[in-house]
Amino acid sequence: MATTTAQTGQSTGAAAPFPPFNADTFASQLFWLALCFIFLLVMMWKVALPRIGGIIDNRLQRISGDLAEAAALKGQSDDAIAAYEKALADARARAQAIANETRDKQAAEADLTRKRLEDELNVKLADAEKTIAATKTAAMSNVRGIAADATKAIVERLIGKAPSDSAVDAAVADTLKR
Amino acid sequence: MADPIKQFEIVDLFPIARIGNTDIAFTNSAAFMVLAVGGITTFLLATTRRREVVPGRMQSIAELSYEFVANTLQTTAGKEGMKFFPFVFSLFMFILIANLIGLIPYAFTITSHIVVTLALSMSVFLTVLIYGFWKNGLHFFNLFVPKGVPLYILPLIVFIEVLSFISRPVSHSVRLFANLLAGHITLKVFAGFITLLGGLGIAGIIGATLPLALVVAFFALELLVAFLQAYVFAILTCIYINDAIHPGH
Repeated sequence: MATTTAQTGQSTGAAAPFPPFNADTFASQLFWLALCFIFLLVMMWKVALPRIGGIIDNRLQRISGDLAEAAALKGQSDDAIAAYEKALADARARAQAIANETRDKQAAEADLTRKRLEDELNVKLADAEKTIAATKTAAMSNVRGIAADATKAIVERLIGKAPSDSAVDAAVADTLKR
Repeated sequence: MADPIKQFEIVDLFPIARIGNTDIAFTNSAAFMVLAVGGITTFLLATTRRREVVPGRMQSIAELSYEFVANTLQTTAGKEGMKFFPFVFSLFMFILIANLIGLIPYAFTITSHIVVTLALSMSVFLTVLIYGFWKNGLHFFNLFVPKGVPLYILPLIVFIEVLSFISRPVSHSVRLFANLLAGHITLKVFAGFITLLGGLGIAGIIGATLPLALVVAFFALELLVAFLQAYVFAILTCIYINDAIHPGH
């Protein structure tokens, strides 16, 4: 196996230079380093890094897309919830209104009925009062007649002579007034 | 005792070409470079082949490395710095995988050679220099002139700034090279103690458990260093690139 002459000093003693400072090897090392490093640089630049960068970008886009979609869906569900709550509130309000209306109507009807009944009762009451008054008047006039007859009879018996009708009427009226 | 330096030797496997007076050969270093680059490319392409939205473990590793380097670059050099993402990513992965492969016993550590790390840091330095002048023109010199410095010490400050700028590739490369070199020598020295003591009979074998424990602990540290040095190299690259994009202090 061929070795650079300066490296054969290993066996002979101190003559060999320290390998990293052995200038005889520099040309080969630089040549292969340049070749390998330029190959690596080109492979990384043109193939590997665009590919890995593409994978990472793709993932980021996918994640941000998913997040945007999730946000949009959340917005939709929020809207749906808001619409549902609005409908619920509307329905409640309408139910309240209908209940109020019905209650008012029924109260009005009840009032009307009550008023009509009251009026009827009042009329009946007035009629009854009138009847009572008429009956009373009639009764009173009857009382007066009876009293006058009785008075005339009593006085006729006492004094044997019938008093005049006018005097008896006046006396009865005078007594009834007390 | 095994020579702790031997692991850094470059061995020619077969010659490729001869340019002038210099031989270009396929060496053990070249073999491990090909292995590292091939491994990185194959791994990243194979694990992302199915482009899954929900990644498996292996695809997660590929994505993790992508995002790690991308975040580092973006926080340091901003959005404009992402132009250099393939460059920084390649540097990080190449150094990381080279460091990690080097920790496998009998494997060669590419990044333990100063010429390799210096070439990498010079590529960063030249990128910064060329892009800096191309984008900012002469405003790139603002990099050396901090704002709000009194005029009488400005020449000194500019001198120091220029000096530190020029010495960047050196510190950038020596940091990586020295860390890897020292770590591997230490590992080899302690490993050498194990075989040395192990040859001394029962007492030696009992005594050898201490360097063995040290090698295990040191190996864990070297794993950290392998990652950390790749990260440090990448983040310094990001900082230098940021200077090229925004030269004002």
